[in-house]
Amino acid sequence: MRTDFTPPGKVTYINARLLDPASGLDSRGALLTDGRKIVDFGSKLMRGSDGWDVPSGIEIVDCAGLCLSPGFVDMRVQTGEPGFEHRGTLETAGRAATNGGITTMVCLPNTNPVIDDMSVVEFVARRARKAGLTKVYPYGAITKGTQGEELAEMGLLSEAGAVAFTDGYKTIASAKVMSQALAYASTFDLLLVNHPEEPVLAAGGTMNTGETSTRLGLRGIPVMAEVIMVERDIRLAEMRETRLHLAHISTGEACRVIKQAKARGVRVTCDTAPPYFALNETAIGDYRTFAKLSPPLRSEADRLAIIEAIKDGTIDAIASDHMPQDAESKRVPFAQAADGGVGLDTLFALTLELYHNENLDMLGAIHMITDKPARLLNLPAGRLEVGRAADLVLFDPDRGWKIDSGKLVSKSQNTPFDGRPVQGSVCRTVIDGRTVYELSGPSRS
Amino acid sequence: MTENSYDIPSYLHRDLLGIEGLTPPEISYLLDRSESFIEHNRQADKKLDILHGRTVINLFFENSTRTSTSFELAALRLGADVINMAVAQSSVRKGETLIDTAMTLNAMHPDILVVRHSESGAVKLLAEKVKCAVISGGDGSHEHPTQALLDALTIRRRRGDLSALTVAICGDVLHSRVARSNIHLLNTMGARVRLIAPRTLLPSKIEAMGVEVFHDMVEGLKDCDIVMMLRLQKERMAANFFPSAREYFHFFGLTYEKLAMTKPDALIMHPGPMNRGVEIDTEVADDYGRSVIREQVEMGVAVRMACLETLGLRNKDEAQERAP
Repeated sequence: MRTDFTPPGKVTYINARLLDPASGLDSRGALLTDGRKIVDFGSKLMRGSDGWDVPSGIEIVDCAGLCLSPGFVDMRVQTGEPGFEHRGTLETAGRAATNGGITTMVCLPNTNPVIDDMSVVEFVARRARKAGLTKVYPYGAITKGTQGEELAEMGLLSEAGAVAFTDGYKTIASAKVMSQALAYASTFDLLLVNHPEEPVLAAGGTMNTGETSTRLGLRGIPVMAEVIMVERDIRLAEMRETRLHLAHISTGEACRVIKQAKARGVRVTCDTAPPYFALNETAIGDYRTFAKLSPPLRSEADRLAIIEAIKDGTIDAIASDHMPQDAESKRVPFAQAADGGVGLDTLFALTLELYHNENLDMLGAIHMITDKPARLLNLPAGRLEVGRAADLVLFDPDRGWKIDSGKLVSKSQNTPFDGRPVQGSVCRTVIDGRTVYELSGPSRS
Repeated sequence: MTENSYDIPSYLHRDLLGIEGLTPPEISYLLDRSESFIEHNRQADKKLDILHGRTVINLFFENSTRTSTSFELAALRLGADVINMAVAQSSVRKGETLIDTAMTLNAMHPDILVVRHSESGAVKLLAEKVKCAVISGGDGSHEHPTQALLDALTIRRRRGDLSALTVAICGDVLHSRVARSNIHLLNTMGARVRLIAPRTLLPSKIEAMGVEVFHDMVEGLKDCDIVMMLRLQKERMAANFFPSAREYFHFFGLTYEKLAMTKPDALIMHPGPMNRGVEIDTEVADDYGRSVIREQVEMGVAVRMACLETLGLRNKDEAQERAP
């Protein structure tokens, strides 16, 4: 894939805690890569009669007992390229991603031009290859110009490399268009992803409808704006007998609806993002625009319901929902501020909170950002498997740090988590056998 | 050729409104009669007097050149008097008006009405209200029986028999009366029918009509004997049935590459008029060895003669009985 970089020779990662959520592997051992591929791994690999025994000619990385897992997969990333490079480029997003242990990311089509034409798919692929960092797969737009009216050339876009289809942060408002899009896409077995928010009900709203919005005097976006669209899309997918994926679910009621639909056999899946299980609407505090997101931060009850839905499998994956905004778009009165927060730098540490808070075990937490999203989009990523690309992350699950918007690698620094202490650090990121990031600074405890 | 040579009346209906419900002997009878007119139509003198003195009215509520011309020619060659009534769509929107039209026509004592209407079921409604025989020239998205018969005649002349053939019907099945009539006819005669289309262009529960559905042309055309292409109306794009003509052609247009999947001698058919470069590659359409598209038009006149003859003769006595 990346022909412009010379792959390394044989490298072995010894003394690692090998984690592979897809197969349930969690054991001490070693992993061997040759060039771009994983060639072997397991608890007996590189073991001599007493201790590690590595043949000469193989480069050794001593993992010192830290976790070695498949590189993370982020299924929902907005980059500014092409069209909004001042917010972030494929390269700056790639750098933030590798720092965050993400080796594969899937980018939304809300660029300028929109990814609704084969040439833009190819442009994104070429730019990402040039950056040589995290692997980039694009979503194609469902409708031309993400206008919600005419179908984009999904078949041709898919052949050009679009992995799934969405109008990104725009909802397909017309039920007729969504119904036709679902049927047309299923012709080619393509997955559609909708942003579930009833646009008329949400119009003019800036945060979750409730006590906080009332006290702050801000116009609300009701929970039902999400629930109604989730219900509508599920019914359409059911009628058309197609697959459907709902992005960044933020409400407990939507989870309940999705859970019921899954139980009766509808092929619906969904994801959420860290803000919706790690924050609630009170994070807006005194009109903090970095906490203005779409969907909006919800109530504490919703946050807890999202965690339950992650635990019981209703929510299928966690994505960063990375949405860079320049300072000018956030340094304005709350209602005028742009939606979204950056997330590539923090996806892993915040997902690991689910482990530290004992909501999920280690494999369960890592599964949400590796094999599960990769499987939804049919990506060759997220698993430790012989013959696969050596996309790996070495992390220390306990090492703490503090999220500081000023120190983020992302070009835009609009994180809603500014100042939050987290536990879990990426120590090394490997893509196609090549180390693209290594943690520097104070040595590990 | 001036008399029905069959001892037993082989077509037992007053009208021809659709293929659904016809028996294999009835279909074979109409095809046999059609066959008898083919050579005749190639002669210099084509005039017969089978329907001498009868009046045929072509009542087309929907624009048509090919079908109405074909019916007109068929009636003239049988010796009938033909009137063409092209009725503007706007003046006949309501059921009452359609029935009023029928009453008006009744008073003129026609023997056969050929009716085309854009609303499914309108032809049947009219047939219930008039005293003469009615032939459907196209009924909304419901049926187009003479098209299916002419397709069957074309196939039968090339292949001898319809049974045991695998026929792929490709394209806009959702809006197509041609597809529905062909599905009924081919199934009745023992052929296997496949449909190939994007899911947006397939009607709900179409499998219940006894077809096998494919969304991939390469898969669907595999080992087929006959490829029937349907016309794709470009206006459908506005209603999001497909995103663009180039994408449609890429996945569902008939090209030599896709045609390579069929049996080597598979026939290519199209009811016309064709959108070259949208549903069919222009070279494929003009392939003399395999494309029978022009032959279909010739068979059309013969089939319509057979239908007019059958209904015209059959209803002669009954019409007199029905008269007060």
